[in-house]
Amino acid sequence: MTEIDESKTLKPTKTERREKFTNLSDIEIKRFYTPEDIKDFNYDMDLGTPGKFPFTRGAYPNMYRGRLWTMRQFAGFGTAAQTNTRYKFLLDHGTTGLSVAFSLHTIYGYQADDDEALGEVGKEGVSIDTLKDVETLFSGIDLSKISTSMTINAPAAILLAMYIVAAEKQGHSPDKLRGTIQNDILKEYIAQKSWVFPPEPSMRLIIDTIEYCAKNVPQWYTISISGYHIREAGSTAVQELAFTLADGFAYVEAAMKRGLDVDDFAPRLSFFFNSHNNFFEEVCKYRAARRIWAKRLKNKYGAKKSESMRLRFHTQTAGVSLSAQEPENNIARVTIQGLAAVLGGTQSLHTNSFDEALCLPTEKAVKIALRTQQIIAQESGAADTVDPLAGSYYVEWLTNKMEEEAEMYFEKIEALGGVIPAIKANFFQKEIANASYKYQREVEARDRIIVGVNDVQLREPCATPLLKIDEDVAREQIANLQRLRNIRNNEKVQAKLDALKEAAKGTENLMPYIMDAIREYASIGEVMAALKDIFGVYREDSIF
Amino acid sequence: MDYSDLIQKLLNGNARAAARLITLVENDIEASENIINAIYSHTGKAYILGITGAPGSGKSTFISTLTKFYADQGKKIGIICIDPTSPLTGGALLGDRIRMKDNFSLKNVFIRSMANRGQLGGLARATEDAVKLLDAYGCDIIIVETVGVGQSEVDIFKSAQTVVVLLVPGLGDDIQAIKAGIMEITDVFVVNKMDLSGADKKIADITQMLELGMNYKYESENDGENISLKSEWTPEIVKVNSRTGENFEKLIELIDKHRDFLSKSGVMANYQKNRIKSETLQILKHKITKKVEGLISSNPTIDEYIRLVMDKSLDPYSMANLIIKLLGLE
Amino acid sequence: MADQRKIKVLVCKPGLDGHDRGAKVLARALRDAGMEVIYTGLHQTPDMIVQTVLQEDPDAVMLSMLSGAHKALCPVIMDKLKENEIDDVLVSVGGIIPDEDKPFLEEHGLKGFYGPGTELKTIVEFVKNNLKR
Repeated sequence: MTEIDESKTLKPTKTERREKFTNLSDIEIKRFYTPEDIKDFNYDMDLGTPGKFPFTRGAYPNMYRGRLWTMRQFAGFGTAAQTNTRYKFLLDHGTTGLSVAFSLHTIYGYQADDDEALGEVGKEGVSIDTLKDVETLFSGIDLSKISTSMTINAPAAILLAMYIVAAEKQGHSPDKLRGTIQNDILKEYIAQKSWVFPPEPSMRLIIDTIEYCAKNVPQWYTISISGYHIREAGSTAVQELAFTLADGFAYVEAAMKRGLDVDDFAPRLSFFFNSHNNFFEEVCKYRAARRIWAKRLKNKYGAKKSESMRLRFHTQTAGVSLSAQEPENNIARVTIQGLAAVLGGTQSLHTNSFDEALCLPTEKAVKIALRTQQIIAQESGAADTVDPLAGSYYVEWLTNKMEEEAEMYFEKIEALGGVIPAIKANFFQKEIANASYKYQREVEARDRIIVGVNDVQLREPCATPLLKIDEDVAREQIANLQRLRNIRNNEKVQAKLDALKEAAKGTENLMPYIMDAIREYASIGEVMAALKDIFGVYREDSIF
Repeated sequence: MDYSDLIQKLLNGNARAAARLITLVENDIEASENIINAIYSHTGKAYILGITGAPGSGKSTFISTLTKFYADQGKKIGIICIDPTSPLTGGALLGDRIRMKDNFSLKNVFIRSMANRGQLGGLARATEDAVKLLDAYGCDIIIVETVGVGQSEVDIFKSAQTVVVLLVPGLGDDIQAIKAGIMEITDVFVVNKMDLSGADKKIADITQMLELGMNYKYESENDGENISLKSEWTPEIVKVNSRTGENFEKLIELIDKHRDFLSKSGVMANYQKNRIKSETLQILKHKITKKVEGLISSNPTIDEYIRLVMDKSLDPYSMANLIIKLLGLE
Repeated sequence: MADQRKIKVLVCKPGLDGHDRGAKVLARALRDAGMEVIYTGLHQTPDMIVQTVLQEDPDAVMLSMLSGAHKALCPVIMDKLKENEIDDVLVSVGGIIPDEDKPFLEEHGLKGFYGPGTELKTIVEFVKNNLKR
């Protein structure tokens, strides 16, 4: 276990506020930058035109002049009916895409009445057990006219199946559906920790969904390769960049190993990044990400289609940067973070509500968060030209630097044998644990100031009204579930689950089997239990 | 302090009493005296395994699997996991418990984490006492697990009946990483992760190493008229897969074989004599060190001596002799 | 070094909540302050936590909860501790605990309630000053 040196509080010098200025990846920042800092700069090779290789300046030629980013606010709590109401509220106030937050029991594949679900039902997200709940969740919302992102990982294939069937019941065929499932199991082992099965069967399920959607749901994004959670767990911006892209490469390699052509699936991969405090560092991170991805897909994986090399991403402002003290300050933080994502060229954006360090967002708070995006879009001018920060000596220098440091991480990961061996060797987890501990020490030594928290602190009690979820939600959900179990055909459910188990032992694509089971109203918990029997369960080493 | 209530509960198999008594013997040598005094006659039933291996050898999974096999036989198992104390901070992260892959029910498995509290901290004594407590509590098997890097750990293993060392294919220097003192007293070498390539090579490496050295653990004393037979145990080597449980039956057979050897060949009595000597020596060391430290810290003459040593008028050896004289310990 | 009494602390993640950054950072800080720390890992049921307390006999138990399940799970944990006659352990819960829930939790015997923005040294001092034995 490495001991971290006591951080010495940085002192001011005669001419500057501190001895050293570093960003959140510990990169030292100079007083000012000049052409010398980017002396090998080549516009065509390093930047290129927006929408063209290497896509540094943006995924599309006209970006927000053509169409604004999707304002997609993550939401979900209580029962499906309660969340349905929140979705309608958001749609009325200008949200342009839906994003589903699921209850912890759903995420881990437990039913609302399982022991493990005690106290958790509906608290962190909407409680979903069966197809019936999904139908209620989207009741009165035309699924052919809206795109939906579902933040779900281990049971992603099951939720996707339920969404497809729910849309079918609304009268829409799968080829009309647009949306994303997060479905990124590698970052679960690294950061978010909502894994269930071990790595190999998890990858199999993911490739099954990629294969299935390539044929049947062509507009769907089958993975949202995520860095958000890696960052929230405590990584630096460079680590977020490197580990996320490394995961992306791993999925590409796994799909190609299955025999899929890179150009058939790569256009349907998407990414999900964090937007944290250091404004320029974040903008440069997104630009570096696009450039790295484009070059690798072309040069290493032989992609021929432009769409395969184009990195598209969703951004969420950093949850971990929100303060519980003086919560209104978070509105300013989220504005800066949202602006960074926009200047970095995000395709969709979620802005956090100011009360989220205390509870799930209230209606008032989520409205302000949405308005923040709308103000950036309509009033700031940031959306009126593509990649306006290009050409800044600082920005181009930092974009290059982040790319360089990410490449060093790629080498380390490759030396360990790739992402899955590196996960088993606890490489990522150690890097993250060390970075998060170091950050905390810096904050406590006042090397990093968090306004209203560790600089000047007024001991005001928090007067913000909170959103409360009580145990009535659990009671209602459990009652719904029990009622459903009595109405459905339990023999058919069992037969479909048995068929799924048989197929899981082999190598067939499991999506059709999952769809059969959920059509009969098998619950997520029941499907997951069936798969656990065959795949087993993953246990992590706890790394500090 | 009266511990009779706790002790009675311990003898009746109350886990909380066992845990509280272990805390007392860890922290307080006076308490240890009273407690061990009261329970000593109830010990001697448990069989003690000492298990060690370099980091990365898969100790926790191995112990978990072994425990499950014993639990399935209806045995009650106690596991003591020892982790290093940070020399810088004096604190410790006791991370072995969390790595046990099974959740055992309280009825048959008792797991306790201990920090080694620095090499002079009397670790061997505290562990010995904890082992006795778990013995009196009713454990059939007691496993003591540590990384095996310090002298204290060697002392602990001297008091185990069967010493098991875990090695892994592909970990090039794990044989060197285990402190030499432990290698000499190992009874069973286990090559873990047998599914990895290099398992057989590892077995060959160990065999070669054993041929070069000799195992003197069981050399009997010369009792005077009767010259006892020099009985020897040739360390066994076995490969296992802790994830699947493969070959664990063979391993348990070997441990049982060793147990039989100890009881039949009369070595056990000898071993117990040595163990008692070693244990008592530990306690003596601990007590005497404490006494000397106490006397020194309150004696102004010592400061005088130190000044002389700083002036180079006296050297540390001479100073030590003067202190012995001062304390009347000649 | 001999006979030095150390403070032994259990850091736990009850329920399904997977946010362990805070718990891990806290475990390290407690270790750096000279304590012996066991981190139980994720997904601990009340039974698992109580079993660990029974065997390890810690001076303090720090529950980390960010999922909103504290009002449901903490009373269950406290009841099970009582059933097992464990009454001299400091039990503290932290993470995301709204102010209005604190009286309820206090009634059940919990203390602390440290949340976002708390300095590690504050928690270390809290543990040192609130031990029950």
